Amino acid sequence: MDLAFISKYAQLYAQAAKLTVILAAAGIALSLVIGLVCSLIRYYRLPLLKSLARAYIEMSRNTPLMIQLFFLYYGLPRAGLRLESVTCAIIGLAFLGGGYMAEAFRGGLEAVSRVQVEAGLSVGLSRPQLVRYVILPQAFAVAVPAITANTIFLMKETSVFSIIALADLVYVFKDLVREGHSNENNLLLVLFYLIIILPVSLFFAYLERRVRRAGFGA
Amino acid sequence: MSTAQPVLRIRDLHKKYDRLEVLHGISLDVPRGRVLVVIGPSGCGKSTLLRCINGLEAIESGDIELNGESISSGKTRWNLVRQKIGMVFQSYDLFPHMTVMGNILLGPLKAQGRDRREVTREAEQLLDRVGLLDRKDSYPRQLSGGQKQRVAIVRALCMNPEIMLFDEVTASLDPEMVREVLDVMLGLAERGMTMLIVTHEMAFARAVADKIIFMDQGVIVESAPPNVFFENPVSDRARRFLNIFQFDGVKKEEQPHVES
Repeated sequence: MDLAFISKYAQLYAQAAKLTVILAAAGIALSLVIGLVCSLIRYYRLPLLKSLARAYIEMSRNTPLMIQLFFLYYGLPRAGLRLESVTCAIIGLAFLGGGYMAEAFRGGLEAVSRVQVEAGLSVGLSRPQLVRYVILPQAFAVAVPAITANTIFLMKETSVFSIIALADLVYVFKDLVREGHSNENNLLLVLFYLIIILPVSLFFAYLERRVRRAGFGA
Repeated sequence: MSTAQPVLRIRDLHKKYDRLEVLHGISLDVPRGRVLVVIGPSGCGKSTLLRCINGLEAIESGDIELNGESISSGKTRWNLVRQKIGMVFQSYDLFPHMTVMGNILLGPLKAQGRDRREVTREAEQLLDRVGLLDRKDSYPRQLSGGQKQRVAIVRALCMNPEIMLFDEVTASLDPEMVREVLDVMLGLAERGMTMLIVTHEMAFARAVADKIIFMDQGVIVESAPPNVFFENPVSDRARRFLNIFQFDGVKKEEQPHVES
């Protein structure tokens, strides 16, 4: 074990981890918004929009992130739209994640029983109030495990960002392959992914227990 | 007989589910402060009738008026109408993610925009009346069925409705819990609440009703004061229905016991 190598390059990995976390956070936050909007469109079966949402969900879930990034980074400039690689990464991750999050939310929304909706209407709530105070809190409690899985999945998907010239963890790893010390290099890569993803897993496990207890007392 | 405007007036109400007509021309009035009890066999349309009144079901034709204003036109703003109609369901339907107090305050605060302190005080008084003030911070899952149903009644009452609708509210309760809920409803009747009640509890119906509405197959077959209806039902159909609740004695005549 070459500790000198590790201490020399840990800094580089830390910087890459920071970039990865920022891009992942932005992409995942956007994917939650997109997913929520799409799931509500499908839940309320809004004409026209529901077909668009459906088409988007299928497209986002059935194409690899790498291909989506290629399209954004190399394809769009030919159509005259040039985006920063950071922007491409965030949009790409949000595009992919939006489809998954939409399905997670939809599962939660459909688990809210019709009588709950009727009870909410019966106390005089308007549609938006019904969604906010009755439907979403219950749907969210049901959807948390799926949202957790999606979030962790999306964090791992960031490992393809290096193909659009972003200095993420894989990028640093490839860069250091030339330096030799492959064992130490492998170790650092694995370690840094664990450092950024494990807390997310733990946080969601905590969140899940809380909303379950508050919502349904399981 | 007062000529005052009834709180609820229904004229020639028709309702279909696809081709199945479940209500064929229902007409009834609920005067202020009166209690109407709707009884009848399963599937006779009595629950559907209540659901049409607060807009959970769309109607085909006919007219429903609340305090003289039609609520069956196409441009009814149902969220406003429902604030004047308290509905209690068979399955309680408390919001599981909110405390008892949260359940009760949601409508008055969010839908009606009332002052939190004033509503909280009112909610506490109502909870006290149904004997549940000490459970105000409990979650629905921590309550028994009868307690949940009493909270559901308070939730509807706290909107200060013009009329209360009860849809078989004791049908899924154990017998001893049925009583505690019915007592709350009797208390409301004493205080002059206008109510339309669907129930299978015949003894309760007789005790609480100013008028019994007997429905079968989507029409009102008979409509009479409780004493008349239960003792001398006019229609054959009503007589057969009431017989369901009677049992003929099946025990043999007791033989004179011979001491040896």
